[in-house]
Amino acid sequence: MYQYDAIDRQLIDQRVAQFRDQVRRWQAGELTDDEFRPLRLQNGLYIQRHAPMFRIAVPYGMMNSAQLRRLARVARQYDRGYGHFTTRHNLQLNWPKITDVPDILAELAEVGMHAIQTSGNCLRNITTDQFAGVAADEIIDPRPLAEILRQWTTFHPEFAFLPRKFKIAISGTKEDRAVTWFHDIGLHLKVVDGEFGKQIGFTVIVGGGLGRTPIRGQVVREFLPWQHILTYCEAILRVYNRFGRRDNAYKARIKILVQALGIEEFARQVEEEWAHGKDGPATITQAEYDRIAAHFAAPAYEAVGDVELPDEKAFRRWVDRNTHAHKVAGYAAVTLSLKQHGVPPGDITSEQMEAVADLADRYSFGELRISHEQNIILADVRQADLYQVWQQARAAGLATPNIGLLTGIICCPGGDFCDLANAKSIPIANAIQQRFDDLDYLFDIGEIDLNISGCMNACGHHHVGHIGVLGVDKNEAEFYQVTLGGRQGNDAKLGKVIGPSFAAEEMPDVVGKIIAVYLEHRHADERFLDTFDRIGIDPFKNRVYEGRAHGKAKSAEKETA
Amino acid sequence: MSQLIKNQAVAVDAWQKLEIPEGETPETVALPAGDILFPLAVWQARKTEIISGHKRIGLWLEPADRVEDVAGDLDYFIVIAINFPKFVDGRGYSTASLLRQRYAYPGELRAVGDVLHDQLFYMQRVGFDSYALKDGKNAVYAIEAGFSTFGETYQASTRQPHPLFRRRA
Ligand code: SF4
Repeated sequence: MYQYDAIDRQLIDQRVAQFRDQVRRWQAGELTDDEFRPLRLQNGLYIQRHAPMFRIAVPYGMMNSAQLRRLARVARQYDRGYGHFTTRHNLQLNWPKITDVPDILAELAEVGMHAIQTSGNCLRNITTDQFAGVAADEIIDPRPLAEILRQWTTFHPEFAFLPRKFKIAISGTKEDRAVTWFHDIGLHLKVVDGEFGKQIGFTVIVGGGLGRTPIRGQVVREFLPWQHILTYCEAILRVYNRFGRRDNAYKARIKILVQALGIEEFARQVEEEWAHGKDGPATITQAEYDRIAAHFAAPAYEAVGDVELPDEKAFRRWVDRNTHAHKVAGYAAVTLSLKQHGVPPGDITSEQMEAVADLADRYSFGELRISHEQNIILADVRQADLYQVWQQARAAGLATPNIGLLTGIICCPGGDFCDLANAKSIPIANAIQQRFDDLDYLFDIGEIDLNISGCMNACGHHHVGHIGVLGVDKNEAEFYQVTLGGRQGNDAKLGKVIGPSFAAEEMPDVVGKIIAVYLEHRHADERFLDTFDRIGIDPFKNRVYEGRAHGKAKSAEKETA
Repeated sequence: MSQLIKNQAVAVDAWQKLEIPEGETPETVALPAGDILFPLAVWQARKTEIISGHKRIGLWLEPADRVEDVAGDLDYFIVIAINFPKFVDGRGYSTASLLRQRYAYPGELRAVGDVLHDQLFYMQRVGFDSYALKDGKNAVYAIEAGFSTFGETYQASTRQPHPLFRRRA
């Protein structure tokens, strides 16, 4: 992975000094709360309902074992011995002291980590596919360009105070695993036959987003040669920075500007702006690409070939769910599940972080990734080592074989931690996991994404869950709205609302009924989504609302309208 | 009075913004003598008058003002002030970049309004060269620390037209 050189390191060290000074001036009353707020947000520091929340950047999800060990230490020393991985690859600490944050940043800087722009109305962390560089279906490794973009976004002088936050995702595979259709900018790497032979570049998508107004992005440029990505992004950002709405935070994302102008007019303005920057100094050079790409060179794989795996049921189940095809024979990518039943999804203790770091050192070249599904990936494990990895992961509580299954829930921190929440999300996830604790049943149900967000900000990506659960506030009480049929990937789609919302204690039953309808209707080899697409939402709706007090459903319907 | 930071020092500021009093319009407002920063609408409505009455002319731009509309007039201005009504409104950074990079404006470019210590580094990079620091803020410390926060920068900008990757050894 990318190693910071002296200049990269100097920048994050100076960032620590800058923030230490800002905290000092804030404490001394030289900075007002309003003046301090954007500064601390751009260093990942929120003030939340119980305590501050501090979000540490994991650029495009990549980390090495030394960094994870440092996170373990920081979580233990400055927090309560655990952290939470988010759907944007970052690690959140829930209980740090504000005045400790400069020291935490200094500890992180020693291992090349930081919290730069993990929050605030600025260019955020770049996200990508967790199997980048190893996926069997990869066209181009997106990581070198992700790192080039990371450097470009870091302290960009023109775009530090945008109308709203701005998120970029890159995918380099046939199957989009980075939710690129729902980002402010989504980039699909591809190869086309050009004038001068094969050309590498991007399809550029803009204006996607989940959140309050979920919108699928639109293609603003079918093909952009990779050398131009910085100048082209500058053009998009400049149009957005100048003309995006600033009068209403809910209408300030770029998706609203794109909708207002229409994609053709937006594209025209971007092209006009780009005409000035195109081929300028910010055009990426081959030398720079090569310099960065060298950091992502393949590790020293052994020529081993595929191996025969032990025939133990529990192990086979784990292999089936928690490993992913690797482009090198004899290797596999392993997903360590942070979705142990009964634990908040995405949470990890300091001890577990250390166990993962050990596993990475022993079996995966000392590196790991975080997925947007809030799990950890060991990308380069020899198949011959899988059995040992499984045993050790199991001992650490990291081998729940539920990746892609009903209990592998994506879930935001929700009302237990987050100030913006309408409702708690973690207890809902845990109650559903408890209901579906039987592995045979879980495997029989098969592939299904269940995503939960505590409010319409949609950090839990509920819109693209096959089953989506959204916390809503009804007369000061916590309720949950259910959507069906959402999906990520190339055919990314938003789920449809099934009807009036439910109380928390109803949720396991509601999910139970949805699953029952699927099991009754499915054809052999149909996944939940296939059955849903074939039979539509009505059978699910009918079952879920069967026998419910008419008036109750009616009045609730009005409120959701 | 805000304190004007210029050339790494607190400077005396003679420039005054022309305020349009209640009941007046850009077309009717009286044009005072002296070093005046004219709002864009006044400049557009009274250009000839201003040119004939003033040797030294300043322009005042709000965040929503489009530099394109004044691009042909830049030779007239000794100073252009870009207002930041709230420091979190970042439009002025694009305005400044355009003035310097696209329209090659060579005169003084001044940040005014909610101008704070922690934005000076970015402002300097997009091309500002004077800063009317907000009332009550510590100008001495801003001069000492606000412009040297980082020793390097990744991106191309007005101040450093070559991105770091073209300069990396
Ligand atoms: S979805 Fe809402 S409740 Fe959940 S983390 Fe995001 S803002 Fe908080």
